[in-house]
Formats: sequence, C-alpha cells, structure tokens
Amino acid sequence: MELILASLPLIGRGLLVTLGISVAVLVAGTLLGAGLGLCLLYGTRPARLAARIYVDTLRGIPQLVLIFAIFYAFPLLGMRLSPIVAGIVALSLFCAAHVAEVLRGAVSSIPRGQSDAAQGIGLTFRQRLRFVILPQALAPFLPAWTNTAVEIVKSSSLVSLVSVVDLTMATQQIVGRTREALLFYAVAAVLYFIINFLLSLAGQRLEKRFNHA
Amino acid sequence: MYQFNWRPVFDNFDLLLKGLALGLGIALLALAIGSGIGLLAAFCRVSGMRSLKFVAAAYVEGVRNIPLLLIIYFVYFGLPLLGLSLFDNVWSFILALAVYAGAYLTEVFRAGIEGVPKGQVEAARAIGLTRLQVVRHVTLPLMFRIALPSLGNTFISLFKDTSVASAIAVPELTYGAIRINVNTWRVIEVYLVVGAMYLAACYAIAGSLRVAERRFSLGQRWN
Repeated sequence: MELILASLPLIGRGLLVTLGISVAVLVAGTLLGAGLGLCLLYGTRPARLAARIYVDTLRGIPQLVLIFAIFYAFPLLGMRLSPIVAGIVALSLFCAAHVAEVLRGAVSSIPRGQSDAAQGIGLTFRQRLRFVILPQALAPFLPAWTNTAVEIVKSSSLVSLVSVVDLTMATQQIVGRTREALLFYAVAAVLYFIINFLLSLAGQRLEKRFNHA
Repeated sequence: MYQFNWRPVFDNFDLLLKGLALGLGIALLALAIGSGIGLLAAFCRVSGMRSLKFVAAAYVEGVRNIPLLLIIYFVYFGLPLLGLSLFDNVWSFILALAVYAGAYLTEVFRAGIEGVPKGQVEAARAIGLTRLQVVRHVTLPLMFRIALPSLGNTFISLFKDTSVASAIAVPELTYGAIRINVNTWRVIEVYLVVGAMYLAACYAIAGSLRVAERRFSLGQRWN
C-alpha cells in the first residue's frame, strides 16, 4: 500500500503524458487524415496518387521506426525536436494514414445514388459533402476510427523508447526501483485498459447517435 | 545541405538483412503459437459454456487494449522478478508477441467459424459424422479459408510489431538500424533503407498472400 502511495505521483504524471500524447496525436492525425482521405476520394489525379503513396508507405512502416527516424534524423537537418514532440509528430503522421483510409472506406460505403440525387437537386460539391455524404459516412467512420484511436493510445507507449516518461516508462522505473513487477505492471495494464475501454464506449455511443440508416 | 553517405549502411547491410530474416521468423513463430491460442479461445467463445466464453472474452479484450511493449516488459523484466527466469530476450519477445497475437487471432477465427454456413455443419451431422469429425473435416477447413485474408493482415501487423523487440535488444531490423547509427551516425540513410526494407517486406507478404488466397479461394461452390 505504501509502495503504491509513494509511486502515485510518478504514475499520475506518466498517465497524463500518455493521455496528452494520445489526444494530441488523435487531433492532429484525424485532421490531417481527413484532408488526405478527401484527397484520396476527390483529389485530382496527381493529388490522389500522392495521397495513395503517402498512405500506403506510412502504413507499411512500423510506428517505432517512424519515431526513431524523426527523433534522430531531424536534428541532423538542423531542427531539434524534443522527444515528446518527435513522438507526437511521428504518431500523427502514422495516424493520418490510417484515418485517411478509414474515411475513404466510410465514404465509399455510401450508395452512389445519394450523391447522384444530391447533385440532381442542384447541390454544389461542398453542399453535397457537407449535408449528404459526410453525415452518412459518420456512422461507418466511427467504429473504425475508434479502433485506430485504441491503436494510437497503445502506440503512444513507444515514445518511452526515446526517453519520454509516459505511463510505460514510469511503470518501468517504478518496477526497477521497487521490484514489485506484478503489482505495477498490472496497474499500468489496468490504466491502459480503462482509457481504451472508455474510448471504445464513447465510440459506440456516438455511432448509435449518428446512425441515420 | 545534408551530405548523403550510403557507405556505412551498405557496409553493414548484412546486419540489416539478418535482422529482417529474424523479424520474419519471429513473426511467423508468433503467428503459429498465437494461432494455437487463438483457435482454442475462438472455440471457447463460440461454445455454449458461459465460463469459457467469459474467460476467452476477458483474454481478448484485456490483451487488445494493452500496449505490446507493456506485455514485453512484463514477460522479460517482470517474470524473472517473480522467480520465473525461463526465457532469454528472443524467446521472451516471441512469447509476448504470441500472447498478443492470440487475442487478435481469436477474433479472426471466431469470425471464420461463424462464417461457416450452418447448412454445411448440419449436412455433415446428417450423414453421420461425429462432432469431432465435423469440426475437423468441415468447420476447420472452411474456417481457414474464410479467415485467410485476416490471417494475412495479422501476420503483416505482427511483422511490423517485431520492431518493438529492439527495446529488449533482440537483433532484428530496427535494432540493426540502431546499432549502425550508434557506430556511424548516418541516421537518415539508415532509416530510409530500413523503412524501405520494412515496406518491401510488407508488400512481398501481401502479394504472396493474394496468391494464396486465390489458390484457396472458395469460389461459389458451396453457397
């Protein structure tokens, strides 16, 4: 009990770092990914090709390699990134590739007739997207996005390998000091589980809310 | 302007190639062990027994929501502290990855089992096969074919996940990159090459899987 109390501040700080990184990555990755996804769907030929290459490349390289590459390579190009920023940048780039693919899949699942009908009643491209396509795409988008989000929370543990003290690193330090492996790995596991469980739950709620079908 | 120098990378290319081979081998082994776990858990999940269902579901949901790195640390650093020093770093990682993979494979196989048309099983029962024979000759082969695409995707994910093994100094591809960097500091060149190697390997796997899928495809015969 004393052990837990003494380690509480470190675990708490690690948890906050994990949450902060995850939120930052999900926000940046989703925005960037939405743009990329629209490129994949409606871009001009070169834009589509560029987005496709980006998505397929980023999805074929391990997150850890991206983190290492960005953390160690940028200083050589004259840009010093703190480990945490490097981690956020790397994971955001990765997240964007997944979100783009998720968005493309969600929009493709909407029957063509919807878009044709919207065009038929005279809506502009923007109006079609905003009032017809995207609202309907939200329901299939959300579950896949939630899966991506869970992956991102899990991947955020990899930033501990460039010395960010996140929940995983904090746990590792505490286990090293107290040698109470079972207890503290279990605490970390439960915390990760709770974050991801709540995320999935929120995703399901939203999915139900936006399911117009 | 940054001056590229590829020499250090290609002088140490054997390190990277060996790393790639080790990564693929580890992923394959983890897939095999994980498939064993996954099959067992999948049959638990579709079984009628509540307790079995619950245990399998807890395993799947638990593992899928926890970072792989934490599982690796638990196996490699945690188990010895609990008095279980059975594994070196490579086997610790294989074990961790197999347990991790098992959770995903459970869902893959469950979807496969549930995708087997009921009529097939009923027909097999009707011609007098025992339950075990039905599983062996009807459910499993059909399940395997339905599950093959997801199985392939899982393998690609596992291969990418082997990069995390560098955290406990398993000499796979990413660790090879780290070692070359420590000695030569040609970071950009190394990661460009390593990234390309991961990419090429993933595409090679995906390509061969597409061939396998065509070979084992079900066609429309049994609809």
